[in-house]
Amino acid sequence: MAKAKVTFEDINQTVNVPAGTRLIEISEKVGAGIIYGCREGDCGTCMTHVVTGWNNLTEPSVLEEKVLRENMANRHDRLACQAQVLGDCTVKPA
Amino acid sequence: MVEVTSRTGPAGAVEIAPGVHWIGALDPALRTFDIILRTANGTTYNSFLVRGESGVAVVDTVKLEFAEDFFRRLESVADYSEIRVIVLNHLEPDHSGALPELMRRAPQARLYISTRATSMLKALLKPKEADRSFEYETVGTNDEVSLGNRTLRFLHTPFLHWPDTQCTYLVEDGILFSGDIFGCHYCDNRLFNDRVGDFRFSFDYYYGHIMRPFKAHVVEALKLIEPLRLTIVAPTHGPILRDRPRRYVTHYRELSTSSLTERIGNEDRSLVVFYMSAYGSTARMADAIRAGAEETAGIRVSLYDLEGGETGPFVDLIEEADALAFGSPTINGDAVKPVWDLLSSLAVVNLKGKLGAAFGSYGWSGEAVRMIEDRMRGLKMRVPVPGLRLKLIPTDDELVECCDFGRKLAAALVGGEQGRVIDFSELG
Ligand SMILES: Cc1cc2nc3c(=O)[nH]c(=O)nc-3n(C[C@H](O)[C@H](O)[C@H](O)COP(=O)(O)O)c2cc1C
Ligand code: FES
Ligand SMILES: [Fe+2]
Ligand SMILES: [Fe+2]
Repeated sequence: MAKAKVTFEDINQTVNVPAGTRLIEISEKVGAGIIYGCREGDCGTCMTHVVTGWNNLTEPSVLEEKVLRENMANRHDRLACQAQVLGDCTVKPA
Repeated sequence: MVEVTSRTGPAGAVEIAPGVHWIGALDPALRTFDIILRTANGTTYNSFLVRGESGVAVVDTVKLEFAEDFFRRLESVADYSEIRVIVLNHLEPDHSGALPELMRRAPQARLYISTRATSMLKALLKPKEADRSFEYETVGTNDEVSLGNRTLRFLHTPFLHWPDTQCTYLVEDGILFSGDIFGCHYCDNRLFNDRVGDFRFSFDYYYGHIMRPFKAHVVEALKLIEPLRLTIVAPTHGPILRDRPRRYVTHYRELSTSSLTERIGNEDRSLVVFYMSAYGSTARMADAIRAGAEETAGIRVSLYDLEGGETGPFVDLIEEADALAFGSPTINGDAVKPVWDLLSSLAVVNLKGKLGAAFGSYGWSGEAVRMIEDRMRGLKMRVPVPGLRLKLIPTDDELVECCDFGRKLAAALVGGEQGRVIDFSELG
């Protein structure tokens, strides 16, 4: 299975994960500072800034885009409970 | 004849400044607010009406049960057809209860809510208003609405108390409609801070339960509020602060910035270990963990036996700590109650970014450690070192393991684990 390296900038730790894993699952297990609420892409709590590798995540859905907008997301912010990792990237809590 | 003043307040609106009226409601019978807050004399739902040359604005409404009082007071100073602007500083039902009816009576009015309020608006109004879509506008910091000679300016102050919270500043008059910020559940029909009873206990209690978990957001909000000229601070609950309003702003600043590191100027990272132990095994683990953690420079470890203290001060310790470790034996398949008591009392503090760890001695099944870890993760803490369980009385070798556990925890706390590449499968 394809692998990807996700680096959590806040704790300076990199995890080697199977492609398709959701960011929140990795962040939670490694103990990075990304927090979550609903885990269903609704509350915006898990907002995460993608520092590098923006294109190595699954495309945001229309719903995710809407929640990002409502929470005044910056460019390259994603919901960690929605975004799945496809290739190497670096993230940190937004 | 003795005239008994009504606990529910004056019949009509009360002027707080020329052309600015209180049109809220008093709820003197309330004893518990939002399940979590107690109040010995009730609360108020303050809403305000501002008259400008080109129309009238209503800032916040009241809880649904009190809509009648609100409309009566509103009607005593304005006609529904004059209302051009309705502002909700946050959408919690205690302030949005009368909104649907108000919008029905003043259909020409435009609703202003914060950018974060849209999804909540739908969820709140859905039961009755499914068939009608509201006209509303979302606003953020420094957006303004003009009433001709008067200007409403918005300040985005999220999480104080809901994610969508904002304040509304009446620029020309220096009046801040602050929403729940600077509020308290205190009901007194004299309305103004210089006339009501001593409400300081209630003010601090409200801060402690509603604002304390969001201290960092309080500090951000104060940055917007402190530069303002303030003649009156008018919160949505409790007395209207017209006498020296800035004192309350200063008080919020103190409450949200006082911290141990400020007082003692010590930059060490702190690890606080709470444990309970019937036969001493978990206690011996705690001692060994401390010894291990203290080998690392810049770490201050403190041990507390849960049997010897009250929840309140422990919560204060937790708020200031950088890392927490909980030690519990497994008793009847569970961690001990004082651990749960403490872990269920942390809603008033911000745990985000703190490290958590669990350990304990057990007899045969040893559920406690995993359960505590799950709870800590649920509370948004990082659990960087897998919990340590030992069967019954720790051997010398096992105490070495405890030391090592302490060392790893200390390393995570000062960032010693950093830079390593971990495989997802290792994380379990
Ligand atoms: C003090 C307080 C804190 C709240 N915190 C949260 C929260 O963290 N997350 C959330 O989803 N809702 C939160 N809410 C919203 C409530 O869950 C929501 O109002 C719910 O509909 C209340 O349900 P009930 O009518 O059964 O009491 C909070 C409400 C209050 C009053
Ligand atoms: S956790 Fe709520 S949006 Fe991701
Ligand atoms: Fe509120
Ligand atoms: Fe409120």
